[in-house]
Amino acid sequence: MIQHLVDGILVGSILSLGAIGLTMAMHMLRFANFSHAELLSIGAYCALVFDGVFKAIYAPLAAAIGPLSLTWALALAIVISMGITGGSAILIDRLVFRRVRAKGGELSMVFASFGVAMIIRNVLGLMFGLQVQLYSKDIVFAVVLSQDPFLLVKPDQIFSLVAALIIMFVFHLVLSRTTFGYSLRAVAENPELAQVSGISLIRMITLIWIIGGGLAAAAGVFYGLTNQVNPVLGRDLLLPIFAATIVGGIGSIYGAALGGFLVGIASNLALLILPSGYSPAMPFLIIIVVLILRPTGLFGEERH
Amino acid sequence: MSKFAIEARDIVAGYVPELPILKDVSLKAETAKVTVIIGPNGAGKSTLIKAIAGLVKVSSGRVTLNGSDITNPQPDQMGAMGIAYVPQSNNIFRSLTIRQNLELLLRNAGAERAARLAALFEQFPPLAEKQHQKAGALSGGQRQFLAVAMALAVKPSVILMDEPSAGLSPKAAQEVLEHARKLTEQGVTIILVEQNVKQALRLADHCYILADGRNQVDGPAQDLLSDPVVAQIYLGGKRIAATAAATTTAATATTS
Repeated sequence: MIQHLVDGILVGSILSLGAIGLTMAMHMLRFANFSHAELLSIGAYCALVFDGVFKAIYAPLAAAIGPLSLTWALALAIVISMGITGGSAILIDRLVFRRVRAKGGELSMVFASFGVAMIIRNVLGLMFGLQVQLYSKDIVFAVVLSQDPFLLVKPDQIFSLVAALIIMFVFHLVLSRTTFGYSLRAVAENPELAQVSGISLIRMITLIWIIGGGLAAAAGVFYGLTNQVNPVLGRDLLLPIFAATIVGGIGSIYGAALGGFLVGIASNLALLILPSGYSPAMPFLIIIVVLILRPTGLFGEERH
Repeated sequence: MSKFAIEARDIVAGYVPELPILKDVSLKAETAKVTVIIGPNGAGKSTLIKAIAGLVKVSSGRVTLNGSDITNPQPDQMGAMGIAYVPQSNNIFRSLTIRQNLELLLRNAGAERAARLAALFEQFPPLAEKQHQKAGALSGGQRQFLAVAMALAVKPSVILMDEPSAGLSPKAAQEVLEHARKLTEQGVTIILVEQNVKQALRLADHCYILADGRNQVDGPAQDLLSDPVVAQIYLGGKRIAATAAATTTAATATTS
């Protein structure tokens, strides 16, 4: 059980990163963005490309960092990937969502996001092939953290968890200590009041896409690092990320972070009683239960 | 400087272009005075100040601030122009602390930020005591005071207030309205939408009565308070044939 719990926490940190961006965009732009998880794929592939570029440019960057399979090249590529994915999110908004927003309703936006998701998925498939790709072909053995209870964790998983927690902590500091963070929270809570408080919604939408895209990229790379990279990476994580967002309460940044861990843990603990084939159904179940018992989620409030 | 801080002339506005809520409304708000807008539900009172604030699109007509045209401003530029808008409800950020709410509004104050924050806390001592509490935990009256403090943070010359006494106890409502009155001593122009007609007329300098998206009557608040027809219609009497009676008998002229 402890192993499942730990696995849940490890997966949960990745879901949290994805859910933070989704909850901000969903609340502010008032639509369920089914293409958000594809940003994880963009981030994962972007890092794959730059990892290769950096290794080719400067061979010493191909060295692994300590016991990790993560190389210096990939560490640099993560930063680049976060920036590019944030830029991609803005580009998608400018090319598609902003235009649909100007003419259509929330439902149009939802359908547009389905279309965007399929386009991104297929473009990635065309560009990189449908086969699984790995950041490192080196075999990294799991470390036995404890014999009783027996606990196995890969160093890359610990890195991903720690890195995700650091990113979330930095984001928390920004949200709780800076007026920029207050502005983000204000816009997430009440866009109209934020606007009459002098906050430019257009500028904030841009920043939310950058932040959401950047966090999604980090999540995508961490997922790829601990699992594998393929064009359906985003699709596979879509429901758990949505479940995390709904559990936390749409619009609640802290709720999304906690929701990610709750969904990750619940999905992994479910393996104790359910055959693994039913595991993907767990996020569905969580979404249904939360929507019935507490539609606003753990920390969400009625939209103002 | 113009005698009137805000002038709205022949305003037609609404949420949907084909269905204007304001069909032809004019208003002049004298500098450093309280102008109150009253009228039955659906008259367009709140829509009028939202139109001034740029939250509802004006399809026809003109709004000026000290003589300069500001029709359809960007709502996020209102503070820079010296206009603050206090919505009727949800007028504070509940997830932020009181201090964070004020710091958010003071974010562009630069070196003056600390001094202005201290001045606001001096003006609203109960807020200072609870500055680290979540704003959502405040009582209704305290929330309104925080909303007013947030409006004052941008050093406005005009404050648009939408029913600041809504949902408050009579005592709290009185306190909020009296505070609004006091702001005029600092040179601030107040435009107030109120349902609490008697209280609003007592503190206001000038009053506009709207019905069905049009001006009905306007005049000095004290005159309207003592006007038998207005009293009959809006201060507890019958509301039958309100519009016609008020229009024909009110001594004061509508906006010229």
